Amino acid sequence: MWKIHFILLFSRQGKLRLQKWYTTLPDKEKKKIIREIVQIILSRNQKTSSFVDWKDLKLVYKRYASLYFCCAIEDQDNELLTLEVVHRYVELLDRYFGNVCELDIIFNFEKAYFILDEFIIGGEVQETSKRSAVKAIEDSDMLQETVEEYMNKPAF
Amino acid sequence: MALKMVKGSIDRMFDKNLQDLVRGIRNHKEDEAKYISQCIDEIKQELKQDNIAVKANAVCKLTYLQMLGYDISWAAFNIIEVMSASKFTFKRIGYLAASQCFHEGTDVIMLTTNQIRKDLSSPNQYDTGVALTGLSCFVTPDLARDLANDIMTLMSHTKPYIRKKAVLIMYKVFLKYPESLRPAFPRLKEKLEDPDPGVQSAAVNVICELARRNPKNYLSLAPLFFKLMTSSTNNWVLIKIIKLFGALTPLEPRLGKKLIEPLTNLIHSTSAMSLLYECVNTVIAVLISLSSGMPNHSASIQLCVQKLRILIEDSDQNLKYLGLLAMSKILKTHPKSVQSHKDLILQCLDDKDESIRLRALDLLYGMVSKKNLMEIVKKLMIHVDKAEGTTYRDELLTKIIDICSQSNYQYITNFEWYISILVELTRLEGTRHGHLIAAQMLDVAIRVKAIRKFAVSQMAMLLDNAHLIASNTQRNGICEVLYAAAWICGEFSEHLEEANQTLEAMLRPKVTTLPGHIQAVYVQNMVKLYASILQQKEQAGEKEAAQEITQLMIEKLPQFVQSADLEVQERASCILQLIKYIQKLQVKEVPVAEEVIALFAGELNPVAPKAQKKVPVPEGLDLDAWINEPPSDSESEDEKPKTIFHDEEQRHSRHRQPEIDEEELARRREARKQEQANNPFYIKSSPSPQKRYQDTPGVEHIPVVQIDLSVPLKVPGMPMSDQYVKLEEERRHKQKLEKDKKKKKQKKEKRGKHHRHNSLHTESEEDIAPAHHVDIITEEMPENALPSDEDDKDPNDPYKALDIDLDKPLADSEKLPVQRHRNVETLKSPDSEALLVEKKSKKPKKKEKKHKEKEREKGKKKEKEKKKSSKHKKKKHKKEKEEKSKDKKKSKKKSHHSEEETTESVQNGTLDDEPLPPMSSYRLLAENPYIKMTYDIQGNLQNDSQVTVSVIFENKSTSFLKSMELNVLDSLNTKMLRPEGSSVHDGIPVPFQLPPGISNEAQFVFTLQSIVMAQKLKGTLSFIVKNDEGSTHEKLDFKLHFSCASYLITTPCYSDAFAKLLESGDLHMNSIKVDGISISFQHLLAKICFHHHFSVVERVDSCASMYSRSIQGHHVCLLVKKGENSVSVDGKCSDSTLLSNLLDEMKETLSKC
Repeated sequence: MWKIHFILLFSRQGKLRLQKWYTTLPDKEKKKIIREIVQIILSRNQKTSSFVDWKDLKLVYKRYASLYFCCAIEDQDNELLTLEVVHRYVELLDRYFGNVCELDIIFNFEKAYFILDEFIIGGEVQETSKRSAVKAIEDSDMLQETVEEYMNKPAF
Repeated sequence: MALKMVKGSIDRMFDKNLQDLVRGIRNHKEDEAKYISQCIDEIKQELKQDNIAVKANAVCKLTYLQMLGYDISWAAFNIIEVMSASKFTFKRIGYLAASQCFHEGTDVIMLTTNQIRKDLSSPNQYDTGVALTGLSCFVTPDLARDLANDIMTLMSHTKPYIRKKAVLIMYKVFLKYPESLRPAFPRLKEKLEDPDPGVQSAAVNVICELARRNPKNYLSLAPLFFKLMTSSTNNWVLIKIIKLFGALTPLEPRLGKKLIEPLTNLIHSTSAMSLLYECVNTVIAVLISLSSGMPNHSASIQLCVQKLRILIEDSDQNLKYLGLLAMSKILKTHPKSVQSHKDLILQCLDDKDESIRLRALDLLYGMVSKKNLMEIVKKLMIHVDKAEGTTYRDELLTKIIDICSQSNYQYITNFEWYISILVELTRLEGTRHGHLIAAQMLDVAIRVKAIRKFAVSQMAMLLDNAHLIASNTQRNGICEVLYAAAWICGEFSEHLEEANQTLEAMLRPKVTTLPGHIQAVYVQNMVKLYASILQQKEQAGEKEAAQEITQLMIEKLPQFVQSADLEVQERASCILQLIKYIQKLQVKEVPVAEEVIALFAGELNPVAPKAQKKVPVPEGLDLDAWINEPPSDSESEDEKPKTIFHDEEQRHSRHRQPEIDEEELARRREARKQEQANNPFYIKSSPSPQKRYQDTPGVEHIPVVQIDLSVPLKVPGMPMSDQYVKLEEERRHKQKLEKDKKKKKQKKEKRGKHHRHNSLHTESEEDIAPAHHVDIITEEMPENALPSDEDDKDPNDPYKALDIDLDKPLADSEKLPVQRHRNVETLKSPDSEALLVEKKSKKPKKKEKKHKEKEREKGKKKEKEKKKSSKHKKKKHKKEKEEKSKDKKKSKKKSHHSEEETTESVQNGTLDDEPLPPMSSYRLLAENPYIKMTYDIQGNLQNDSQVTVSVIFENKSTSFLKSMELNVLDSLNTKMLRPEGSSVHDGIPVPFQLPPGISNEAQFVFTLQSIVMAQKLKGTLSFIVKNDEGSTHEKLDFKLHFSCASYLITTPCYSDAFAKLLESGDLHMNSIKVDGISISFQHLLAKICFHHHFSVVERVDSCASMYSRSIQGHHVCLLVKKGENSVSVDGKCSDSTLLSNLLDEMKETLSKC
């Protein structure tokens, strides 16, 4: 049983690439937390475990290429499952972008959010099936494409 | 129009899109802030344009900037504009922006309610989806209240995609608007058995999350979850359910017993590490909560430990880490099982990963025994040597001390060894924990009397080698140990072999570089040393030597008199004067030693840190009363009575005035002793029961191991403590041999009977006797100390205030059905309405008002039509308020009524603690002295030819009812759904038995072909009544009435869609009129909504339009008008028969009003 409090994606240089909060906090607080967590995780040795106790939460993170994916979960939550969630998200990104890289996420950051929203809602996993998740994204993208095509059609 | 469009797209060509912005920011690394402020200016321009595409693009860019940390709250209104775009592409950007930056404080969020509702009911599932996703991020209490019903309806949407989202969002709604939980729960529970696995898993998620916070309210769902657990193959779901059971077992121990088996099966079979880990954790939790009641679960624990061992042995650091973490949980209750894996855990201490080493250290604490303490500490000492980072080394140091000192040095069999460990630890440079080592040295030396001689010799050595410890002039923490060393050497100077040498060491000039508080202790304790040397010499008649030592003091003390530290200076000058006086006496050949030594006579007893607090206040003593009137200026004297080890200040407790002449001193001491003897609250030093050790024989004859004092502090090759480890091993070996001998004798004596018992006993570690009989003096407490442990609890503990039972079953008055927004102003049931009136009359009124004002503001901006309708609304609300005040009187009666109803339904109670639906639509089916059946029929959204009949069986008798079987006579149209292979004459067994007084609910599915007519089915319930007198077979006949209304499903509809429907002309019309209606229009509508499954589309004065849909998709539209004493209902429906039947039913309901 795990409720994710927030998800952060940031680069090795500490640049934030994506932030999703499932608990409401003032912006100031969020910024402080981001700074703190990025620093904690970047300062950790590569070979250490992926779990850090942080305040009353647990941070679970994993590095994929140049990007760190970090989730904050509650004390009783399952760390391994959270790692699987992170991995699943990366898989979804990979399927969508086709061999995803950091630049994909930078330039299509809204897509990265849409995919995340399709996968996790309010801190809970909503779709455990990879196929359905990808299908939902693709379907709504189809919608997007046609609308865009429509917009791009010369109106005269 | 076309031109405008063209213009728009041309404009767009020159705008930056998101990619341009990102690229731009990357190219302007030098002046990013400037570039971005420029971009924000551009965005502001773009937002002013009419073109929604431009706006959406601008909002998208803003969202990116928001992520970079820029404030975009100023654009909230523009975000709402984009949210309400009709194109999905834009809408989705709007919702994304909103979900990233809206929060409860965003005031424009009020304006979104209608937009969100519209999107929720959009025919495009992705519109609905995006609205739900957005809502999950920014739902406020207001939004939750207004939209709760819409979302609840979506839980039964035809598309699983929407159902699943709606179910998950419901959790957020519950959090923001707790009143919605009760009405929504039945449907949520239904979703546990949704045909779509995604929806099912979502429902499991939500219920688990709810149950985790307040497990006791969900105990009744345990059987259902148990079924799910044993049938589900989805690991995600399984993990959730297992976690839920972990939360439930402490409340219901019987559950635990049931769980162990399936969980161990899973542990054996699963290959998913996350599931395995969850199972192991839950088994541990279950066993912990059962530990008292369960006889033996060593097999399960053994299995867990084995599996954890596999995790720990894995090369994956994460598994290692978690394995150790879980081990530490087992350790608390089953230390023995963990101890057998000591090798593995010690191995983890060598891990490269510090977090793993720290976890392993945590485990060590619980794994030590008398047998292995030395070995473990030895290992740790090696790590201390190897440790690079000071943090980890310090952690090791504290752990060593923790491990050794735990439960009153329980595991230490050889204190000489421990002292040498402490001495070895002083080699750590730069540690912050010097004071910890010092405190341990003091504690051991004071409390373990037998070790004092050895301790003193070691401390003397430390003092002699002080230059090594304090070599770095930088004030490192380790020199704190000199404080302890000096004190121990001074206080127990009688044990010193070479007191002279130690005194000289303490007088070295280098000492003056030590911190002030340490020097002060040096000064104080060198006098004690001096006094004992003096006595020694005098007794030996070595007058010259005595004078020499006095001379030495007089020569060396001035360096302390010059100290910058006041404390040192003061003590040194006092003592210097005293010694000068002694010198004078010595010259006159007066023996002084006795009197000097008298200065320090008496034993110091360790006092428990809490002792002072525990002294009871004597009767009649008011501690707060002034003894004298308070002086005008505050005195800065603060007395802190604490133990010597816990506060440096305490060192002065034995501060004396050396200038007073000896006689006076002696007299005063005597007087004080007298006084103390008469004072019951003074902690006396002599006849305390704990101090019998003084008389115990053997203490004086402790075989102290010979130690070569010339051994340098650092022995190359072998650290000192190792000697003791070896010695201890030899000693134990000897002991064992002796014991074995004895045992052999014993065995000869009594063979057979106690054989097994004995052999078991030999292996027990408790057999290891300490090296010498050591009394560990317990800390003293005042004689009549209060035994309370109150002081262990902090009265200011913030969590105490949170210890509130959050979900005791809601009281009647708390029950509140889902409130609807103005458009759908309708109430589901009469009683809930009454309650609503009561509630509304209090607080929410204000909110509503505010809300309305906002709405009005918004309304102004909109077109004329809307203005009109908002006017209507105002009017309507006025009316409503009037009505409410009228109803207030009535409401008393009503609430009474509702109480009755709920108590009834509690008895029927589906399940005791479970939140009940706020209004009971259950009707009586049949009743006899044994059993009472009530039922409710619900349409099935997923299947257009099925309805579900929920029957509550209540056992009214004192007998046990079992083998219940329900059968109906199928009609051509309506048939009961029976399991495959059974004939039409077979009944369906009720899946439970009923103990006396218990009720439970079962559901039966019926298939129908036509739904335009009401149906009646005859049926029989057969059951066996079992009591003391035996079993009898009983039957109960009933008639199941399927009204047309039961085929309707409450579906919200918007006025525009409603209007279209009416205009279409495909509908048949019919109408009825009922006279003699006295109840208010609002109540009337509520009744129609509740009993006939309609929803209000719009209401103007005493006229309302209503809508509902049948499971087969018939639209039913009503126009209800209330006259003076009558009500007329005009209906339009796609099927005329259905309509006339529905109206007939309605007529019946209304005529009862």
